[in-house]
Amino acid sequence: MERILTRWLDIPDIRRLDVYEANGGYQALRKALFDMKPEEIINEVKNSNLRGRGGAAFPTGTKWSFIPKDSKKPVYLCCNADESEPGTFANRYQLEFDPHQVLEGILIACRAVNAHVAYMYFRGEFTHQKRTVEGAIAEARAKGYIGKNIMGSGFDVEIYTHRGAGAYICGEETGLLESLEGKRAYPRNRPPFPAIQGAFGCPTVVNNVETLSNVPWIIKKGADWYRSIGPEKSPGPKLFCLSGHVNKPGLYELPMGFPLKDLIYDVGGGISDGRKLKAVIPGGASFPPFTAEEAEKVMMDFDSVRAAGSLMGTAGVMVMHDDTCMVDVLRTIAHFFHHESCGQCTPCREGCGWIEKLMIDMEAGRGKVSDLDVMLNVASNMEGNTICVLADSLAMPTRGFITKFRSEFEDHVRLGRCPFRDRDGRLAPPAHAAYQEGDHA
Amino acid sequence: MPETRKPKFSEQALREFEELLTHYPTRQAALLPTLWIAQREFGWVGEETQAYVADLLGLPYSHVKAVVTFYPMFHRKPVGKYLLDVCTNLSCRLRGADRIVNCIRRRLGIEIDETTKDGKFTLGVAECLASCGTAPMLQLNQDRFYENLTEESILKLIDELSKRDD
Repeated sequence: MERILTRWLDIPDIRRLDVYEANGGYQALRKALFDMKPEEIINEVKNSNLRGRGGAAFPTGTKWSFIPKDSKKPVYLCCNADESEPGTFANRYQLEFDPHQVLEGILIACRAVNAHVAYMYFRGEFTHQKRTVEGAIAEARAKGYIGKNIMGSGFDVEIYTHRGAGAYICGEETGLLESLEGKRAYPRNRPPFPAIQGAFGCPTVVNNVETLSNVPWIIKKGADWYRSIGPEKSPGPKLFCLSGHVNKPGLYELPMGFPLKDLIYDVGGGISDGRKLKAVIPGGASFPPFTAEEAEKVMMDFDSVRAAGSLMGTAGVMVMHDDTCMVDVLRTIAHFFHHESCGQCTPCREGCGWIEKLMIDMEAGRGKVSDLDVMLNVASNMEGNTICVLADSLAMPTRGFITKFRSEFEDHVRLGRCPFRDRDGRLAPPAHAAYQEGDHA
Repeated sequence: MPETRKPKFSEQALREFEELLTHYPTRQAALLPTLWIAQREFGWVGEETQAYVADLLGLPYSHVKAVVTFYPMFHRKPVGKYLLDVCTNLSCRLRGADRIVNCIRRRLGIEIDETTKDGKFTLGVAECLASCGTAPMLQLNQDRFYENLTEESILKLIDELSKRDD
């Protein structure tokens, strides 16, 4: 497959505007401005079956079509560059190595929904990435691709960068909007949806970096071409973030529907330390793991992963070999979600903390078998009872790990310690002192 | 709220601040970027700085404080000259993040969230920093990433930073 989203591997200087232009850059924008009506852009993206890459897999063209056509208020576009899902590192490279691709996507999207201001929301840690993009914006502005009267079309777009400050919940689209408005990132109740009442009370589209990077290609090469890559209902090139216990971790661009087994063993060079696969999380920390046996059969696209009992999310594929303690893994995940819960909804704020506390005890050998049922019960009460899906994002892996690796949890209780500890420093006790004391603020 | 407002932006910071206000339809939206300028100017965002930023933007002090306390990257107390944020999320832990944290603790004689006596180093732990393919990793001073860390490379980095002229 021709590389589309990771062209810097073939064209190292593609981050520079002149190189981007020499390789067809901003031609899709020209087409969108001069040869297509906004409606036609939206229809092309709808027909491509492009689905959002930020985790929810919502059809992008449909999202755009919800923006009122005759809005009296300004329309905003937000590019979500808050990439924070554990195991995910695609946007980071895209922003560093091919910033113009996402800028072109933003500009085309603005044309489609008639937005004249776009905000790029960077996670606070993306200092270098934000600097790179700001350099690219300045270059593109100087050449007339951004600002007033773009390429003489009469269409204006300003792109502003905005920096978050370390809160995972800003990746949730309404949390992002609250944060953009200068507030705590408390996700909003829906309706109203952002398409009607988003940033500053105005119609707003929020799209992920990777999603927007696909847009210039759909405009340039057409929806039919795009749909021919991977499965029809969930097509396109996809960035897979492979991490954990594989010999060749890294970012890989592959067609949707690529077999998980081949991703791990061929592309990823197999399991590290000559060990065997034990578990793999297919989509980032928010989702249930597959066992080694399940992983054999899964195809990596939104619908196939869902049918197999997990979700593809952001395609953050985290691989774990057979010397990995599943109890410690779930404890790490529970710590993350407890730390990142915004605290707005009781089931999430209390539930994440409760599960983390029980997991600390379980890992330390102080747990009880009945704790497993308590956690499953807490997980059920978290799901679907909160404003956003952060609570579900801990409930799903909690149920997944306990159900699929129950005997390992029971071993911890029976032995009164973690059977994986104290062997050659592998999986040493957690570094954070607070873990040991179960005291976690 | 403290009566004496010692913090004051430099000329350049004030110009940046004025420019920021043109990016948004509300003054409140400039809060996070203004806090970033404040942290760059003063090194941290204490209560007096929060009050100063509240004044600049015409926001209640309580709102600014609510925001500062929500976002973990704003330092509410001073940190060392070199802040090492080691990722301890899953992918990094699977590849030895704990060894990196322990190595730094031993080398510098400090615990997590502590600063060395000479004020040079602070050890922090961070959630996933989007570098899982090059784990384990850390971020220096909320900016540059150091990836594929080993105990050797982290000790070398600390030595280099120790020798750097002030």
